[in-house]
Amino acid sequence: MNLTLRVWRQKNAKDRGRIVEYKVHDVSPDMSFLEMLDVTNEQLIEKGEEPIAFDHDCREGICGMCGLVINGIPHGPESATTTCQLHMRNFSNGDTITIEPWRARAFPIIRDLIVDRTAFDRIIRVDGKAGGFVSISTGGVPDANAIPIPKDDADLAMDAAACVGCGACVAACPNASAMLFVAAKVGHLGLLPQGQTERHNRVLRMVSQMDKEGFGGCTNMGECAAACPKEISLDFIARMNCDMIKASFVKG
Amino acid sequence: MATDSQVKLDPKIPSGPIEQRWDKHQFEMKLVNPANKRKFTIIVVGTGLGGAAAAASLAELGYNVKSFCYQDSPRRAHSIAAQGGINAAKNYPNDGDSIYRLFYDTVKGGDFRARESNVYRLAQVSVNIIDQCVAQGVPFAREYGGLLDNRSFGGAQVSRTFYARGQTGQQLLLGAYQALSRQIGLGNVEMHSRTEMLDLIVVDGIARGIVTRDMITGKVESYLADAVVLATGGYGNVFYLSTNAKGCNVTASWRAYKRGAFFANPCYTQIHPTCIPVSGDHQSKLTLMSESLRNDGRIWVPKKAGDQRSPDQIPESEREYYLEEKYPSFGNLVPRDVASRNAKLVCDAGRGVGQGGFGVYLDFSDSIKRLGKNVIQERYGNLFDMYQRITAENPYEVPMRIYPAIHYTMGGLWVDYNLMSTIPGLFVLGEANFSDHGANRLGASALMQGLADGYFVLPYTIGNYLAQAKLPKVEVGQAAVREAEVEVTDRNKRLLGINGKRTVDSFHREVGKLLWDKCGMARNDKGLKEALKLIPEIRAEFWKNVRVLGANEEVNQALEKAGRVADFLELAELLCLDALKRTESCGGHFREESQTPDGEALRDDDNFAHAAAWEYAGPKNQPIRNQEPLVFEYVHPSQRSYK
Ligand SMILES: Cc1cc2nc3c(=O)[nH]c(=O)nc-3n(C[C@H](O)[C@H](O)[C@H](O)COP(=O)(O)OP(=O)(O)OC[C@H]3O[C@@H](n4cnc5c(N)ncnc54)[C@H](O)[C@@H]3O)c2cc1C
Ligand code: SF4
Ligand code: FES
Repeated sequence: MNLTLRVWRQKNAKDRGRIVEYKVHDVSPDMSFLEMLDVTNEQLIEKGEEPIAFDHDCREGICGMCGLVINGIPHGPESATTTCQLHMRNFSNGDTITIEPWRARAFPIIRDLIVDRTAFDRIIRVDGKAGGFVSISTGGVPDANAIPIPKDDADLAMDAAACVGCGACVAACPNASAMLFVAAKVGHLGLLPQGQTERHNRVLRMVSQMDKEGFGGCTNMGECAAACPKEISLDFIARMNCDMIKASFVKG
Repeated sequence: MATDSQVKLDPKIPSGPIEQRWDKHQFEMKLVNPANKRKFTIIVVGTGLGGAAAAASLAELGYNVKSFCYQDSPRRAHSIAAQGGINAAKNYPNDGDSIYRLFYDTVKGGDFRARESNVYRLAQVSVNIIDQCVAQGVPFAREYGGLLDNRSFGGAQVSRTFYARGQTGQQLLLGAYQALSRQIGLGNVEMHSRTEMLDLIVVDGIARGIVTRDMITGKVESYLADAVVLATGGYGNVFYLSTNAKGCNVTASWRAYKRGAFFANPCYTQIHPTCIPVSGDHQSKLTLMSESLRNDGRIWVPKKAGDQRSPDQIPESEREYYLEEKYPSFGNLVPRDVASRNAKLVCDAGRGVGQGGFGVYLDFSDSIKRLGKNVIQERYGNLFDMYQRITAENPYEVPMRIYPAIHYTMGGLWVDYNLMSTIPGLFVLGEANFSDHGANRLGASALMQGLADGYFVLPYTIGNYLAQAKLPKVEVGQAAVREAEVEVTDRNKRLLGINGKRTVDSFHREVGKLLWDKCGMARNDKGLKEALKLIPEIRAEFWKNVRVLGANEEVNQALEKAGRVADFLELAELLCLDALKRTESCGGHFREESQTPDGEALRDDDNFAHAAAWEYAGPKNQPIRNQEPLVFEYVHPSQRSYK
């Protein structure tokens, strides 16, 4: 099939950026969306134009590196799918496709479709004292079966832990809030006995770091969960809000 | 000559009974005084399981750590993609597993081409890994009683594989990433993401730092240290199409090789039997379908060559379940190399299925009948979804089509028992080293090795090195450092200046296809010699005719790729040379000239019971093949048989 692409091009963080239109030919429905961009780039290079820069790595939907806003939807039209797993059979011959980067104050654009998501890393690490981790060091830990964990809790923790840190939730949210991402980590660790000791500190610190990074507040629009390729549930936000209330009591 | 290479290649294996070697060695190693640890700077390149575990553990001990990765975040290292699971000799299911059995299986599975002492230590520390990960909050699968669940994986006859749905690598890596994040937060690790290592700095024969390029600004910079750790993963992408992430590369290892680190057994590459077949020329990578699928799926092809009927039209009597028939005791669970080679055999005989005829069926209909769709969905739901997204076929109704693909590389930089390369002060962990899997890796053992190296081995052995090393001060302005920087800058300039006609990818595809044809699942003298003639021609054409647009001082993904492909074009030659010189078959290395009457890999222990460690000898000379003899004191080499 033949397509028209409208792609955000921006040379660097300071450049203003603009949409540029390209025609691509011979796109096969079996291609992934990123393979379609590969083909476009090969055609651009042959013409002497600089290729479109976009982030990607595993191309299996697990590393969380890819992420494009496709026709206004983060990760495109197919639900529960990362950009790299989206296939061209979701489009038709003659379509015009608009491709833009994640847009959020906390995710500045680096070039073209690449944004800076290091704010997520800073939310996980905070200052090394209670954050998106369990504060234990290597060695000297109990036997793995010393603490049984109910299967349901472990399964639910796994549901939350499946977050790939892609940032689509932020891109989809009208307030550019990172609540779903934070709630996923708070939920994962909060559901396990290993995460209890730091539970209250964790939620307070991660949320405060999130605010510092310039993410917006959550007004329960639910756009995040709809865009999330890993189907992280809004329930985790509710859970985190509970934890926040408890934590503010405990910590005054 | 043998004595010469033995001098260069002292594996430093401790003496005594194998069960006691690691404990004894740990006791005998020198310690760095806690107050002094802060004074040592250690560079760790790579944030996969090996690198993240090492960086976190070293920082916890008090060392000053600098960590590097090419992705935007350390959490995205390729380890994240591992699906199936991680082995450990916990024997929780009480089915007869033990440290000794895991050791035995790994040595045998590696077709007697691994170093026994390393493998034993790996099996020993495997049990600590699971404890560590659970304490970090890794949500492993559990049984209703709340204890950890295990499954059997990749040809093992005991259930020793721990898993977290189909996302084991992701959860283990996030555990290590979180430990690393804590240390970054505390200020003990300086993290450099989107920073690519492009050279190793060696001063007076000792590894003292790295040269990097900032992938946002293009700035070339040197970082100096008291020791350098490479945990930069495998080189499977030399084949272009592989299950590896697109960015996986050999650059860090290759630069180290050219600075004096020996590269061992490059021809030991692993081909994974269960990947989604290629669908066209646009294909940019191959997707693995976890091998756990072979527990419940049955592999078959039509008996008749060229049979175009859809699978449901082919009656039982006209199907050949070739693995079950040929290997009655292991059936569909034979090791990876055996399963892959047999798929190639039936497809080469014209009985392959799907577009192009390079595919075999992996059929779940019997298991669905026996266990119900729910059970299959619970076990493999996410894999089935992924398959359907990619192929638009529903594997609950139509058998999956699979074909082998390059997946893992057992070869890598040579290291001794302490994980130190032939350059003092350069340590190598995880898939980047050659140490533990011999000529074939068992499923679920790479994650185990990465974490063993990073959490439990390197933190000890590097201390022993630092406690004794004499390390004069190095400075950024110094000749050896400047020279490495200039080389990096010049190379980038050269790549940008060629301005030829062909894209980087076109060269990568060309060399990858050549390797797959001549040095893939089966290799022979004639093919390897052809490849050895063609590769230098492709390389020469690359340096004359590649087109890399843009500048160095900006995000330039084509330039990044060009540098990596230039290194692959050199590695490809070494890979073929190694394959040519090893005239035996072993594990993943199948030389057609060396097979048993029924077509199995035939080893030649008299001539090849050694690791081949290649030494760089300058741009104009053939590299030198050194040997580390392998001694089997415990597991006696036998012909592997899975009949
Ligand atoms: C699809 C797939 C599934 C797998 N499933 C399993 C499984 O179920 N069980 C199992 O045991 N094994 C599995 N494996 C193998 C296993 O995942 C890998 O061997 C292992 O994770 C490698 O870990 P590592 O730490 O050595 O390197 P990696 O995780 O590959 O990390 C490499 C790191 O090095 C960095 N890096 C590389 N080059 C540079 C450079 N030049 N400069 C700066 N940084 C650099 C990268 O940024 C990255 O951080 C699987 C592999 C694949 C491909
Ligand atoms: S919550 Fe979902 S959308 Fe947000 S970062 Fe995680 S996986 Fe991506
Ligand atoms: S490239 Fe890894 S999730 Fe898309």
